[in-house]
Amino acid sequence: MDLTILIFLSSGLFLGWSLGANDAANIFGTAVGSRMVRFGTAALICSVFVVLGATISGAGAAHTLGELGSVNALAGSFMAALAAALTVFMMTKMGLPVSTSQAIVGAIIGWNLFSGHATDLHALTKILGTWVGAPILGAIFGALLYLLTKRVLSLTKLHLLRLDSYTRWGLILAGAFGAYALGANNIANVMGVFVPSSPFTSFSVGDLFSMSSVQQLFLLGAVAIAVGVFTYSRRVMMTVGDGIMALNPVAAWVVVVAQSLVLFLFASVGLKAFLEGHGLPSLPLVPVSSSQAVVGAVIGIGLLQGGRAIRWSLLGRISTGWVATPVMAAGICFISLFFLQNVFDQKVYETAEYQLSPLLFDRIADEGVDPARVADLRGETFDSEMAVMKALAQKTDMSYQQRFEIARLAKVQPPGGAGERISGAGSAMAAGADRLAANASAVRAAAH
Amino acid sequence: MNARSALRIFSGTKTLENQLDEFLDLLSESSILYRAGLTYYLDNGGSDNEAFRQKLKQVDQMESRADQLRRSIELSLYEQSLIPDLRADMLSMLEDLDFLINVFEENLYAYSVENPAFPKTLHPLMKQLTEQVALSVESLVMAARSFLRDVSAVRDHLHKVMLYEHEADELALALKTQIFASDLKLEQKIHLRHFVDKVEGVSNEAEDVADWLAIYTIKRAA
Repeated sequence: MDLTILIFLSSGLFLGWSLGANDAANIFGTAVGSRMVRFGTAALICSVFVVLGATISGAGAAHTLGELGSVNALAGSFMAALAAALTVFMMTKMGLPVSTSQAIVGAIIGWNLFSGHATDLHALTKILGTWVGAPILGAIFGALLYLLTKRVLSLTKLHLLRLDSYTRWGLILAGAFGAYALGANNIANVMGVFVPSSPFTSFSVGDLFSMSSVQQLFLLGAVAIAVGVFTYSRRVMMTVGDGIMALNPVAAWVVVVAQSLVLFLFASVGLKAFLEGHGLPSLPLVPVSSSQAVVGAVIGIGLLQGGRAIRWSLLGRISTGWVATPVMAAGICFISLFFLQNVFDQKVYETAEYQLSPLLFDRIADEGVDPARVADLRGETFDSEMAVMKALAQKTDMSYQQRFEIARLAKVQPPGGAGERISGAGSAMAAGADRLAANASAVRAAAH
Repeated sequence: MNARSALRIFSGTKTLENQLDEFLDLLSESSILYRAGLTYYLDNGGSDNEAFRQKLKQVDQMESRADQLRRSIELSLYEQSLIPDLRADMLSMLEDLDFLINVFEENLYAYSVENPAFPKTLHPLMKQLTEQVALSVESLVMAARSFLRDVSAVRDHLHKVMLYEHEADELALALKTQIFASDLKLEQKIHLRHFVDKVEGVSNEAEDVADWLAIYTIKRAA
């Protein structure tokens, strides 16, 4: 593999390491902090299941992140991941709770702004909705599970020592599930931006096992997460858990299960297909913050107990972090891309030409716009999606999303040329994720 | 962790559960023997009273066994890092309960050595006092068992501890009033008052432990 590619991938690995160091603490923090599970056991289980989750089920959430913005040059991916990692690092240093998901979304928007790519508001709204939905869902799961667990415990009248023993096993099993869900949901944050420019090639071992280039990329990211778990998460684990509210081991177990369910719901392609197949409402597959799911679950339990034990002041700080993280990541990414492009002379995005084809003029007319108003745009060439959108905004009163749809389709496709990689109608990242999903299905089918 | 080590964990838990049960059995039994021993003492005096000596010996052996069990349980709790959130409470409870067995043993030895001479007129009240004290400790043992298995039932037993302690207080007051209203010599009055206080002191200790247990229970139920 080209050394340059490895250097560029290093920022993703750094981001993976940060995620391993911080988010593993959300899964096993209370268990290790309260000495219910040994750190070595927690780190091993966490690492193995993060890798499995990322390589088997990592595709779903990567798809939606790809819709938000397809970072189409390796140097751009490098900087997006680095900006997210730096934001996570700085926010952690400032003692503010941080979400890797929010950091990478902010960084992608920063790249979109710099490269003139339009941000899909539909995808962004979907992602922002989950940032609100994930903690609320976490709170609901946390409260319901806690009620159910307390009811079962009051009926079974387990001996204190037996309950302790079962809780340990419960924490290990829930932690394994949580790590799997974390890998499946959050690998998109770590390696998603590299999917369009993945340096790996697919391989298979007979009919038994095959691994796509995206899976190999995700495996590498998952290993970085595992290294983060082993090298740095211990300290975080020992301090996490009683931040918002002191938890007993049973409540800690409930929090881990609730958080894992939230992550899994937002990551499982199979579950989404099952729900949709049965006419049930499904959730979008989006990388959500494990920290926010944990916060939601703890608050759910806290509210059930009357809310007296909750440290509300800390929640204010968490909310600050939720707003500051994407903004900071977008800012860092935008400024760093400027330096990378102009000082280090790196290509941070693929340039393309955009023109409004006759078909697109028909579509604009379909939107109720008088063709005469956009007539002088015929034959005009634009250098970015944003330029197309700006021109349409000046001539028409089309909504942002309408102009976005037109701009996305306006890219001039070179006939069979290198520019094919920059797909106009859909992102290469989303396509890569689709390949991964298909591959994962094949792996599961082979396993069965 | 393989299946065999998993089974070992569960069997270790079972052993510890049994040790805790045995420890509580010892406290319960020692309270019954204490009551029986004092009844024999009051009926037949301390010297050459084989039945009383037998009870004293039994309580002494139970105290030694309870100490062994307590140490073993405490060691296991720490070595295996069990019940981390309630370990400190559990250790305090074990120490307090063990202290009650020590008090039973110490009281019986004090009777054996100092041989207090209770007038026959005081015997019924003294026996009632001993009974109330024993009942307060037995209720405390029930509360401790519930703390381990059925936390919702702890309160039912704790309120009985308070009731028996109150009864014991009143009986002790009545006894001391009768002692100091009698024609006994002052040194004998003081000697008997000392023994009434010793017996009554056990229920006071039981009440103190019950107060702590009520707090541990709130933590456990949260």
